Amino acid sequence: MDLDLSQARLTFIAESSELLQEMENSLLQLESLPENQELINSLFRSAHTIKGSSGVLGIETVEKFTHFVENLLSKMRENEIKVISEIIELLLECRDHTSALIELAAAEIYFLDDRTAERERELIERLNSYLACTQREDNSEEPSDIEDTESGKRARTDAWHISIRFGINTLKDGMDPISFINYLLKMGELVHITTLYNSMPPVAEFDPEACYLGFEIDLKTDFEKKAIEDVFEFVREDSSIHILPPYSKVESYVELLHNLPEDTSLLGEILVKGGVLTQTELEEALRHQNSGSKDDNSKTLIGEILVNEGMVYPELIEAALDKQKQVLGAKAKEATTIRIDANKLDQLVNLVGELVISSANMDQQAQRLCDGQLIESASIMLRLVEEIRENTMKLRMVPIGDTFSRFNRVIRDISRDTGKDIELVISGGETELDKTVIEKVNDPLMHIVRNAADHGIELPEIRNEINKSAKGKIRLNAYHDAGSIVIEVSDDGRGLNRDKIYRKGVAVGLINQGAQLSDKELFRLIFEPGFSTADQITKLSGRGVGMDVVKKNIEALRGTVEVESIEGKGATVRIRLPLTMAIIDGFMVGVGESQYVIPLDMVMECVELTEADKQASKKRNYINLRGEVLPYIRLRDYFGEHGNLPRFENIIIVQYAGQKIGFVVDELFGEVQTVIKSLGKVYRDVKGISGATIMGNGKVALILDIPRLMQSAENIIDKIAC
Amino acid sequence: MSVAAITETTQYLTFKLEDEVFAVDISQVREVLDFTSITKVPRTPDFMRGVINLRGSVVPVVDMRLKFEMSKTEQTVNTCIIIAEINLDGEKIILGALADSVQEVIELEPGQIEPPPRIGTRLNTEFIRGMGKRDDNFIIILEIDKIFSSDELAIAHGLREEAC
Repeated sequence: MDLDLSQARLTFIAESSELLQEMENSLLQLESLPENQELINSLFRSAHTIKGSSGVLGIETVEKFTHFVENLLSKMRENEIKVISEIIELLLECRDHTSALIELAAAEIYFLDDRTAERERELIERLNSYLACTQREDNSEEPSDIEDTESGKRARTDAWHISIRFGINTLKDGMDPISFINYLLKMGELVHITTLYNSMPPVAEFDPEACYLGFEIDLKTDFEKKAIEDVFEFVREDSSIHILPPYSKVESYVELLHNLPEDTSLLGEILVKGGVLTQTELEEALRHQNSGSKDDNSKTLIGEILVNEGMVYPELIEAALDKQKQVLGAKAKEATTIRIDANKLDQLVNLVGELVISSANMDQQAQRLCDGQLIESASIMLRLVEEIRENTMKLRMVPIGDTFSRFNRVIRDISRDTGKDIELVISGGETELDKTVIEKVNDPLMHIVRNAADHGIELPEIRNEINKSAKGKIRLNAYHDAGSIVIEVSDDGRGLNRDKIYRKGVAVGLINQGAQLSDKELFRLIFEPGFSTADQITKLSGRGVGMDVVKKNIEALRGTVEVESIEGKGATVRIRLPLTMAIIDGFMVGVGESQYVIPLDMVMECVELTEADKQASKKRNYINLRGEVLPYIRLRDYFGEHGNLPRFENIIIVQYAGQKIGFVVDELFGEVQTVIKSLGKVYRDVKGISGATIMGNGKVALILDIPRLMQSAENIIDKIAC
Repeated sequence: MSVAAITETTQYLTFKLEDEVFAVDISQVREVLDFTSITKVPRTPDFMRGVINLRGSVVPVVDMRLKFEMSKTEQTVNTCIIIAEINLDGEKIILGALADSVQEVIELEPGQIEPPPRIGTRLNTEFIRGMGKRDDNFIIILEIDKIFSSDELAIAHGLREEAC
């Protein structure tokens, strides 16, 4: 049981963070569409589900707080409280607080530290202040709720009577009847409770996992019927629940007795015990009812009676239908998505990696044996393995849209704090990339977006002065480009200040006074540690502060980051990331005795290094490629390979980030599929190599880190040019 | 760990580099492999021989002879790769060490181990845990965590930077 609960707890935490995210989205949408009832409903549902699940799991901190939030939302749902921006603000804060509470619960901390408690008090106070406004109206309505125009003898009790028979699957569904009763305890005073176990089968048929329990409960509470009904929301479908308001007519009770599966007289006694009815009243009513039912001969009236007597609200039926629809919808969704432990997925990806290697190996062996049929079957297998590989990799791919939409809130908060008017434009949200990459790119992205909002976008007054629309724009865009994914964050703010960066660069000693730098080189400085040109550091960020961390994080993902900027027009930060971390298509080349793999998406073409070029290469390091200047470096020299020069050398031309460069290699082997293996800590700082892969013959080949190689190649070529 | 810290009888794997017998604590040895082809990683010092494929993982291999300023290990029928688990900055990593030949597993009591001599060895004394006495021969018990500490590897990186 313990284990099950902890499992349920994990699910709860995962689900609530999704629900909270939904709430945030709904709240933000509600800001522009305050009249949208569906949004309020969805908010209510989310809050209610969190409250309910936390209650069932016994996470009281969350349950208590969300209860207040739910109250407010329920008033909003009933249009008693209008949607205004202050309320949205408050609800956003409540959302954050709930999220904090859930985080605490996740860490198994069930008491609040002073700050959190203080915050909770403050929030509840604010929530209550809104609730109080409507309270008076409520009170005036309440009596009419139970007032009955029909005359008739009334029971003398001021307690609600709840009669519930839990569904047989209640325990299997993870609900515990006792938790509902405990919950009722919180709502008011439990006057009387009787446990019924008449439906318990003989021992031989007894199913220990089934729930055979029923309760007759008398409850004194100030809550409305709806609230009591809501307590049982989670079991409403399977269980039979009847709730009678205080001072109901005696007939209602009798009706109830007939309606229940148990023996009428037994139940009658319970009611008498509970002080609802007196013995005489009961007997009288029973007689009356019996004769009445003979006359009418209509059991069908029960439903009507129930409604007439205020036992069942029309909303209840509506809610039941609503619930049914929701369940259906949830089931359809369940069928399309499954939650899988990320570790299992990683294991699968690793195994598929091994499969790719071994099938490549088998293909080689088949080629060697020159057996036609064997080659045939090997190639079929190779193709299938290829498909498996592609599908497996897709399992890890998720669209980046969710990550992007999180920034709506960030931008909203910054706009409010700084008094700027900023609009976030998202495009390319459907672009997919590896889940691990998305997780790791979140922080750097946050940093860049904050920078753009805080420092890039000007205040509305300033924007008006310089003929820009008062509303600043930040664009988040993602797209695929030659085997990598590009994420762009652009703003139409003031852009980077070239002079300022230059001066700072000189001051910090990164560049020499008087050095001529291209924009690209200059802007690269902002990624240096401790480089900030911000005059004042705000609470959000200083442009440049932490950009070195951004760069580091991106590079850890084998990606690159660059900045483009036009002063006064805006800046664009462009992050380039590899599509996946695990398997790539590669192009194998030989240099000396070693073999290297170049990611295939970057390979443009291969040409032979002609004798004339070779002669000229002593003086220059570029060739004429169809009229284009193509710089190149000799990997043989760069890697310090010795050994005999081959007769023919080839240039393999690669392109990355819009730049082309040639690498001179000895041999070209062709396409290979490679599973990227880390070189480990020992070789962590080796430049120009991003990893290793195991070839079909079991040997290790190294994977070239083209972006890094290009950088150092630029330096080398520069040096030679000097 | 100094000699004083050795209080229990421990098993050691002995191996030869040139004519000298060395030993390592067997708890740090994962397995011993036959020599296989090693892929050199460019722009790294010579004693880092490269990487091998160990059942699907890429494992770095170090030439112990070069590390101890002997000549480079030449491949013979007896050449082995000792796969050891070492502690690098609190992180366990797997590393292969080239040895001319692997001898045997021996047991040494604390009394059979003496502190390393201050002078007289070609090795940095930091690398030696103690001198095991067996019959009339001395066995150099290595402290492999020290040999492959990040400082040592950092020197390797320094060399590479210069080469750039």
